[in-house]
Amino acid sequence: MQVLDIFGQLINITLVFSTALIFTALGGLFSERSGVINIGLEGLMVSGAFAAAVVTDYAIQAGMQGAAPWMGLMAAAIYGLLFSLLHAVSTITFRADQTVVGVVINIFSLGMAIYLTRSLYHGSGQTPTLQYVFSKFNIPVLSDIPFFGRAVFSAYPTTYIVIAIAAISYYLLFRTPFGLRLRAVGEHPSSADTVGISVTKYRYIGVMISGVFAGLGGATITLTTTSNFAHNTISGQGFIAIAAVIFGKWNPLGVVGAAVFFGFSQALRNFAQLFEFSKQIPTEFFYMLPYVLTLLVLVTGVGRGSAPSALGQPYDPARR
Amino acid sequence: MGKIIKTFNSSSLLVPFVSILLGLLTGAVFMLAGGYNPIAAYGSLINRIFSSPYNMGETIRAITPLIFTGIAVAFAFRTGLFNIGVEGQFMMGMTGATLVGVLADLPWFIHAPLAVITGAVFGGVWAAIAGYLKAARGVNEVISAIMLNWIALFLSNFLIVRFVVVEGQQKSKPIRESAMVKMDWLVQALDSARMHWGTVVALVCVVIFYLILWRTKLGYELRAVGLSPEAAHYAGMNVKRTMVKSMFISGLFAGLGGVFEMLGVFGYQTVMAATWGYGFDGIAVALLGGNTPVGVFLGAVLFGGLNYGSAGMSFGADVPPEVVRIVIGAIIFFVASHGIVKWMLKPFLMKRANNRKEAA
Amino acid sequence: MDRNKSVVQLKGITKRFGSFVANDAINLELKKGEIHALLGENGAGKSTLMNVLFGLYQPEEGEIWINGEKKIVDGASKAIELGIGMVHQHFKLVQPFTVAENIILGNEPKKGMNIDYKYANNKVREISERYRLKVDPEVRIQDITVGMQQRVEILKTLYRGAEIVIFDEPTAVLTVQEIEELIEIIRNLAAEGKSIIIITHKLKEVMSLANTVTVIRRGRVIRSLDIKETNENQLAELMVGRDVTFTVDKHKQEPGEVVLSVEDLQMKGEQGKLAVDGMTFHVRAGEVLGIAGVDGNGQSELIYGITGMRHISGGSVKLNGQDLTNHSPRQVSVAGVGHIPEDRHKHGLVLDFSVSENMILGSYFNKQFGSGGFIDYKAMDEFSQKLVNEFDVRGSGITAAARSLSGGNQQKAIIAREMNKNPDLLIAVQPTRGLDIGAIEYVHKRIVQARNEGKAILLVSFELDELYALSDRIAVMYEGRLMGEVDVEHRNDQQLGLLMSGNQAGEKE
Repeated sequence: MQVLDIFGQLINITLVFSTALIFTALGGLFSERSGVINIGLEGLMVSGAFAAAVVTDYAIQAGMQGAAPWMGLMAAAIYGLLFSLLHAVSTITFRADQTVVGVVINIFSLGMAIYLTRSLYHGSGQTPTLQYVFSKFNIPVLSDIPFFGRAVFSAYPTTYIVIAIAAISYYLLFRTPFGLRLRAVGEHPSSADTVGISVTKYRYIGVMISGVFAGLGGATITLTTTSNFAHNTISGQGFIAIAAVIFGKWNPLGVVGAAVFFGFSQALRNFAQLFEFSKQIPTEFFYMLPYVLTLLVLVTGVGRGSAPSALGQPYDPARR
Repeated sequence: MGKIIKTFNSSSLLVPFVSILLGLLTGAVFMLAGGYNPIAAYGSLINRIFSSPYNMGETIRAITPLIFTGIAVAFAFRTGLFNIGVEGQFMMGMTGATLVGVLADLPWFIHAPLAVITGAVFGGVWAAIAGYLKAARGVNEVISAIMLNWIALFLSNFLIVRFVVVEGQQKSKPIRESAMVKMDWLVQALDSARMHWGTVVALVCVVIFYLILWRTKLGYELRAVGLSPEAAHYAGMNVKRTMVKSMFISGLFAGLGGVFEMLGVFGYQTVMAATWGYGFDGIAVALLGGNTPVGVFLGAVLFGGLNYGSAGMSFGADVPPEVVRIVIGAIIFFVASHGIVKWMLKPFLMKRANNRKEAA
Repeated sequence: MDRNKSVVQLKGITKRFGSFVANDAINLELKKGEIHALLGENGAGKSTLMNVLFGLYQPEEGEIWINGEKKIVDGASKAIELGIGMVHQHFKLVQPFTVAENIILGNEPKKGMNIDYKYANNKVREISERYRLKVDPEVRIQDITVGMQQRVEILKTLYRGAEIVIFDEPTAVLTVQEIEELIEIIRNLAAEGKSIIIITHKLKEVMSLANTVTVIRRGRVIRSLDIKETNENQLAELMVGRDVTFTVDKHKQEPGEVVLSVEDLQMKGEQGKLAVDGMTFHVRAGEVLGIAGVDGNGQSELIYGITGMRHISGGSVKLNGQDLTNHSPRQVSVAGVGHIPEDRHKHGLVLDFSVSENMILGSYFNKQFGSGGFIDYKAMDEFSQKLVNEFDVRGSGITAAARSLSGGNQQKAIIAREMNKNPDLLIAVQPTRGLDIGAIEYVHKRIVQARNEGKAILLVSFELDELYALSDRIAVMYEGRLMGEVDVEHRNDQQLGLLMSGNQAGEKE
């Protein structure tokens, strides 16, 4: 059963890599559904990864063990939220160009994170390797199912959290008044405005959610795969997450599927050496795979028609 | 996009100037919060740049690639496009130059120009891909360019390993002397600072940037499409084709940046874990410089100086050099959110206006 | 129900946008159960006034009284609270949402944390039956007809308990049948005690539907009348009115060969309708064909189609016998067509280019302006200066940004550029929009001059005075079709007004 075993491992690793993407993509989803493009997801992930690494480290030093990564996770959410506020104020209140501000947030976040890392860790370019991070949690009984059990029911707590959040997001977006209003603001802000809904308020909320989620996404990478933060911890996942939002047609379920798809392409990297045929392919092409795939997905144009109609347009009540 | 073009192409100096001040202030605040002395830090930074001929030469060396990438981004902005793929185009430029520089064996007057041109074209084509995807398929040029950045990184690594790698190591064989473009006499004069012809080419490119956009018919079309695609369409211009041409030219500039880092500074290319960051700094330079030739040049000087001088901050004031990234990040945040700057300045500007009224 | 009770009173409402006075001391009274029409041409100020009532704009002067009490309406929420509802001309509907979702948006019925969809759907059914507005609550807006979408807009107001309902150009996008249904609906609403204001320029509907009509022209109330005391002809005359007539030296001349030939032209528009619905006409050399019609009846699309800026889906366009259908804008221009576009800011000029650069917008590629790919700025400046002098374009010089010029001078610059091409066909769309009298006179002079020199001129205008002053023939366009031509020699505004409103009886024999 070696093949099945490998297959099971592949699924498992896919879930690991996808988790961060799902978090971030869901964040991007809320922001875009409210009409605000958030190119800064990459920077928000960086902030989250950094905050998680640092706070967890301090928590461990303070004596916490198992609880430490949870502190880090919460810190990441808050730190991501703060950065996203910069984006929100700039683009919503001051109507700056959303794409440019997003790129600026990326540059700024990385600079901040590296500066603070060096500052706090005596000139080191990366945070110390964390002793206590998340470990895989085996769901009793279910995880004993041969091969499949190990693949799916033995995962990091962050994976379970993100699935829950995905489900909650779907519910929130499509079943509650909040979701209805948020979507209205992103599709046709003046129709919301003329029934008394504050476009500004809902867009702020959308962007802030993206800050929290992307922060969590970055934290996931630190706390489940790399165990520290360095300048290259986040390498394009924020942008792939945006592509996942498009590919998933701005629907939480589709976005999860798209993110898993991209996560799979990242997982393949680990399996390059395992098969004869794949050994012939230079490793660089496996590294390229997630990005090439993302590009191809974008070229197919899938999802392009499903964007919220008012996406990217600052709302000016004077020009109703 | 039209809105950014109008904002950033304005000759108003107030917003950039105030943004620089605010950025430096932000950096100072962070340093104070960390228990550092901002004055000592900024002092060390300036000191590092001017303290010796070597340092001054190296500062010029650090500024050079930013001129290229800044022009690349500014050029694209002028035509309504956000070329965020400069990182990847820069890489492809490096790779093109390295490949020709190592593999070909030609007399210098052919070898060096060939390496330069190859690298530039590699960059241009790489950029044209993103341009084509946008024009023909409507693909968001920001995401596609970022993807292309990473693909360029791995593709470059592959090409280096496949064709020119030194056995058992992660770097390429050295580029032949006949392709290198160091300015040996200047290198000696400045105590081995790595001076090269690329700096001259960069300055020439600033002029070319001006010439193309404001002196040629192509530039006329490019600017029209950037300022008002609807009017350009009315006037009979082919908006889509113009976009691709623009990205190609932009990529040429970006590629040249990479070319000269190879042929003028390093002489070999390593397998890398990440792109170098000159592309993103180029965006900062273009934003600050208002997408004008002189602005980009000055912006490159400022950011290049900040980057190089930052090493001095750790020696002189024990401050992590990355605080300069915060300064740069803050500066462009304020430039991008010019609304915030203007809002902050409102009380001052109104007071001046009132004073004038009263005096009248 | 007390039909004499005053439900809405607007007293002395004045609304300005900068120096432009959109509403000038307007008084209007709406009684309970009344259907009150607000009649006027484009730009008369009707929509602005209603936006003031609905709280979207704040008036500079004047008062709003609702049910006998003075109120400040400082936003849509306030207006809704006061029982005012608005059915917008451009529907404020979220396309991917269902009918029910659009109606309940902002006032969602809840079951715990969820939206109670069951309750919502039922409530919508209930209201729709009560007011006889057939809709299916569970269907998406993007899947229903325009007529049904409008019903959803109406239901939005009723769901929120509106007692005063404002309709903004409600029949603008409806088919004949849908209009009949709407008229029924409005009558029912009034019978139920709702008070209705209808903004419109369509005389037929005013006569068949309204109890009272207030005519507005250029921001001022002309008259308020009881419907029983008036008729379409009188209303047409009040609405269109007479203004300063500019006499231009236009002697009768024999038109030459056919220059522009449009055959059965069809162009797709929005919401599935045809914007241009089979138009056939010719323009000869040395004659001005004026196209009259209310804005939004396909004139823009027609011109975009002829000039190659938009796709033509059927029929043909020929210039001097040469087929130009679906050719690129440059090909059309080079073939001999000059185009003064309706939107001088969007299309006519690159506002951030200098005046000089704008002058060569359509000809920069010629050898005259430089060879070898370079621009000969000296040649450009000489050329532009000549044009600026000839056409009296005033500003801070040819190096100033086009943006800095006044509207009139911007238009002069565009005219200079287009006329200088010496085109066989000159197309002018709303050439004097927003211009002062001096500029208007000048533009008219130039157009007639071009006509006298033997050019074919296609003029689209919403100003009747202008059409009569300049045209040799006037055709009326309505809903993408030509309604017919009117006699230029003997001006008859009633007839023209009727044709413009879709009334065939106005057509001359």
